[in-house]
Amino acid sequence: MKPARFEYERPSDIAGAIALLQREDIAVKIIAGGQSLGPMLNLRLAQPDLLVDITGLAELKHVEESSDCIIVGACITHADMEDARVPDVTHGALPAVARSIAYRAVRNRGTIGGSLAHADPSADWVASLAAIGADVLIRGPAGQRSLAVADFVTGVFEVALEQGEMVEAVRIPRISRSARWGYYKICRKTGELAQAVAAVLHDPEQAVFRAVIGATESTPVVFTDASSLFGGNSVTERPHALDAGLADQALAAAGMTDKLDRQIHVVALRRAMDKAMRA
Amino acid sequence: MTKQGVGSRVLRKEDDRLLRGRGQFIADLRMAGLQDVAFVRSPLAHARIRGISVPPEYQGAVFTAADLTDIKPIRAVSGLPGFKVSEQPSLACGKVRHVGEMVAMCVAATRAEAEDIAASVQLDLEELPAVHDMLAGRKSDTALLHEAWGDNIFLETNVEVNIAAALDAPIKVTREISTARQCQVPMEGRGVVAHWDNRLDQLVVHSSTQMPHIVRSGLSECLGIEHGRIRVISPDVGGGFGHKGILLPEEVVLCWLTMRLGHPVRWLEDRREHLTASANCREHHYRITGYASRDGKLLGIDCEATVDSGAYSSYPFSACLEAAQVASILPGPYDFPSYRCRTWSVATNKCPILPYRGVARTGVCFALELVLDAIAREAGIEPHELRLKNLVRPEQMPFDNITKKHFDSGDYPQALSRAIAAIDLPALRERQRRGEADGRLVGLGMAIYCEQAAHGTSVYAGWGIPMVPGFEQATARVTPDGGLELRVGVHSHGQGHETTLAQVANEILGIDISRIKVLHGDTAFTPYSTGTWGSRCTVMAGGAVSRACEEIARRAIAIGAFMLKADAGTLSVRDGCVCGPAGSVTLQEIAYVWYRRPQDLPADVNPGGLEITAGYKPQRDSGTFSYGAHAAVVAVDAETGAVEILDYVIVEDGGKLVNPMVVDGQLYGGLAQGVGTALYEEMPFDGSGQPLASTFADYLLPGPTEVPEPRMFHMETLSPYTQFGVKGIGEGAAIAPPAAITNAINDALRPLGAAELLHSPVTPRRVLQAIAVARMGKAA
Ligand SMILES: Cc1cc2nc3c(=O)[nH]c(=O)nc-3n(C[C@H](O)[C@H](O)[C@H](O)COP(=O)(O)OP(=O)(O)OC[C@H]3O[C@@H](n4cnc5c(N)ncnc54)[C@H](O)[C@@H]3O)c2cc1C
Repeated sequence: MKPARFEYERPSDIAGAIALLQREDIAVKIIAGGQSLGPMLNLRLAQPDLLVDITGLAELKHVEESSDCIIVGACITHADMEDARVPDVTHGALPAVARSIAYRAVRNRGTIGGSLAHADPSADWVASLAAIGADVLIRGPAGQRSLAVADFVTGVFEVALEQGEMVEAVRIPRISRSARWGYYKICRKTGELAQAVAAVLHDPEQAVFRAVIGATESTPVVFTDASSLFGGNSVTERPHALDAGLADQALAAAGMTDKLDRQIHVVALRRAMDKAMRA
Repeated sequence: MTKQGVGSRVLRKEDDRLLRGRGQFIADLRMAGLQDVAFVRSPLAHARIRGISVPPEYQGAVFTAADLTDIKPIRAVSGLPGFKVSEQPSLACGKVRHVGEMVAMCVAATRAEAEDIAASVQLDLEELPAVHDMLAGRKSDTALLHEAWGDNIFLETNVEVNIAAALDAPIKVTREISTARQCQVPMEGRGVVAHWDNRLDQLVVHSSTQMPHIVRSGLSECLGIEHGRIRVISPDVGGGFGHKGILLPEEVVLCWLTMRLGHPVRWLEDRREHLTASANCREHHYRITGYASRDGKLLGIDCEATVDSGAYSSYPFSACLEAAQVASILPGPYDFPSYRCRTWSVATNKCPILPYRGVARTGVCFALELVLDAIAREAGIEPHELRLKNLVRPEQMPFDNITKKHFDSGDYPQALSRAIAAIDLPALRERQRRGEADGRLVGLGMAIYCEQAAHGTSVYAGWGIPMVPGFEQATARVTPDGGLELRVGVHSHGQGHETTLAQVANEILGIDISRIKVLHGDTAFTPYSTGTWGSRCTVMAGGAVSRACEEIARRAIAIGAFMLKADAGTLSVRDGCVCGPAGSVTLQEIAYVWYRRPQDLPADVNPGGLEITAGYKPQRDSGTFSYGAHAAVVAVDAETGAVEILDYVIVEDGGKLVNPMVVDGQLYGGLAQGVGTALYEEMPFDGSGQPLASTFADYLLPGPTEVPEPRMFHMETLSPYTQFGVKGIGEGAAIAPPAAITNAINDALRPLGAAELLHSPVTPRRVLQAIAVARMGKAA
């Protein structure tokens, strides 16, 4: 369990990093916190010729708060979020999500950008940031572009990054003080990746009622308007009980064939909503 | 001086270095010229080797069976009638018989480079049908591991006592019960560093092993080198649990390699090797029927037990240690009149089975205790009432049970009653009636076991395996300044012997334990021993230390009597002194005279002096029987299948406890592993014999948040046969948790109908499946 031989670079500016990523003659891979890539290197599931360590890039630790959102650099760690070293525009929602990722040693190194780029279907950021309505800011040779998290993640360990592109930052919208948020993770034990996860954001002031079921076999199942899922007609209405049948159908339609799997995902969604309503 | 002797809760001496990160493990060894080894391991469970090709640039760095012409395969033969012999080549020869079997050995300056070489070696394998399921393998005569056998059965046994009398009992409950295959997962994996010492003309093998002397014997047999030219050193070892109670093929080939190359070589097991090439324990299957009267008196047990023994017979315990024991220990601590147990040790295309903490007992306890709960439900009585009706009673002790096990002492009903009292059964039943605010289901489960430990010559001679324990020896040496050195052949890797054996010596000689050094783990300076296994060390090595210290005391008294001008008969050793009515002399003063002023010794002094090796066996060597009653309260989330342990009680009787705090530590550790077996740990295999978990992301272990803080209570019923009345307890706490926890889950699920969990680990998915089955049954 030792990695195959690789070269290592730690560029000091983002342009230098992009230049390295553009090389086509060799296999290049970014390393951020190394919490997912490290094991893959050791297991030789990843055998890049060159590792580009992006943790030296000041731009990627940058945080910028504005009236409607906060932009956090890709190398902000789970622990930065957990400890609210990064201003929290979600009234405690995302720090709590961060706290449910792995355990502290992993959170000290693992990054929000790395987690999204890795796109493990069970990752907590993938489901929660899709629910909160975050965007991924992408930097590449052609400049910057952005994609909603739900569009950025295209499959199991698959994202919409082109050759030479990287995640530069994540834009997290400020949610209303009156918003209700619920997040529920089902996992075998503390620190494990989720078996089922669900997040619900009901923010009538901003006309948002979004629900996400994660830890599926592919991309998260996103309900951009969850009102009918909770027995209502409009996003501003107070939600009722979950229509479990509807959720189950959505999961089946998304390709989840196993009944018990669907069951725990539906339970996660109902409990996320229960938490939101109790909050 | 504060009391430090037998019974004292003194802090562990070894923790000073271990907790500061100053332990010296295999991977801490530094040696000039050391090179690392990586193995090419079989990717297939069963295949004929058609060819092995090594790229030209790596010729000379890769070795295969073809190179090892001068070493013998590992043979661990049991003397039990009908046992079929397997020969385990150190590197696969002709066929591979399990995923992870070593095919080639690659050596390079670093492990990473050795892995590069291993990755470049091409295997040409012709896949053969694999036996991945022991029940199918038991019957198969087509897919054969060892063709010459004609079947896949290492050993079949049958024990029968008057079973006919039970067959028409009014209550008859049959269940199919099984336990998953597991890995032992010590914190430190295995590891070997071998080199040749030219000065001593000796092969020196550092190995992370529980039994350095046995490894030496095995190496001597396989390599054809005499014992005197082999030295095995087992340094600090980060947990064994049975995983390191074996002669490794890796040890054999690394010895060969260092002799071939002339420089030190090293292999360190990595976690993937551990998981995929060493998933070697616990996999049992039971078809078991319990017979009882209407009021819950047990009339008989009838069982067919199958153990998945893997591909080869491991040295020294052999392939049938588990199954052969199952038949003799299945009756547990109970007294009933009829019994039958047939067992099969089945060869499968998996790595060879090894005993794991609790050995066969964990599976046996699981099978029996689950069936007892089913009988209690059938009889309509509380599970503890059923058990109390059937446990061997204290007034029957010592008791020879239905399989002729000799229970030395104990009060089993009291242990169980105390556990139930600690749980507060009426309050729990009331809580169940009320229901939980969060909708979860609460249940109570219990299990009680007794554990034969430190069993010796008479028991093992009957099994006829390569290793039969005899007298255990210890060397005691008073140093010239009055300190004490103890040398023992057992090895300590978590058990705390460096403290507890010092406490035993302190009890007899009164020397402060800070001045007692326990040396172990080196064949060069410790007496021969079969090592650390079978919960034997406190009984056996403790007994040997006692005998040696008693003799030291006698010799010190003889010298002291001369110095004090007193009659030896009036003197005794206390607090590090030889004391008499008219004064005392310290052991330090006596040692000074012996070593430094021999001119002052009496003329008739024993020339053996203040150093002696003494041997010990208990008065009866059929084993001590420690026991424990465990009770668990769990909450089951019927929507997700999640199980939380709310309360856990252990009432444990280990006879005289040399250090109750160390025993508490053993209980914590055993419980953690028991929780793993109960709820988390499982190595699944696919139909072609591929192990499916290769990292800890797939092979789940309980962590600190999953292991409950147990409430522990000790009883101390002395063994009539051992020094101080001690009993072996090292394995006990790993035996009962799977049964107690699963019984609790089944109790919790009762309101949902016939949902019964009968397979460990009880994963959330299995819980949901059982509930779904029960619902379907209700709907039908
Ligand atoms: C024991 C353990 C438990 C865990 N439990 C959880 C859990 O409960 N929930 C959870 O969500 N996660 C969990 N994780 C995963 C963890 O959160 C990782 O930190 C995260 O998935 C990856 O972040 P990283 O910074 O470590 O990325 P790395 O491991 O460095 O990289 C991961 C991948 O992303 C790419 N990458 C990294 N940064 C960028 C970037 N800025 N732009 C483009 N590509 C990039 C890399 O090339 C690589 O392919 C666990 C990990 C471990 C080791």
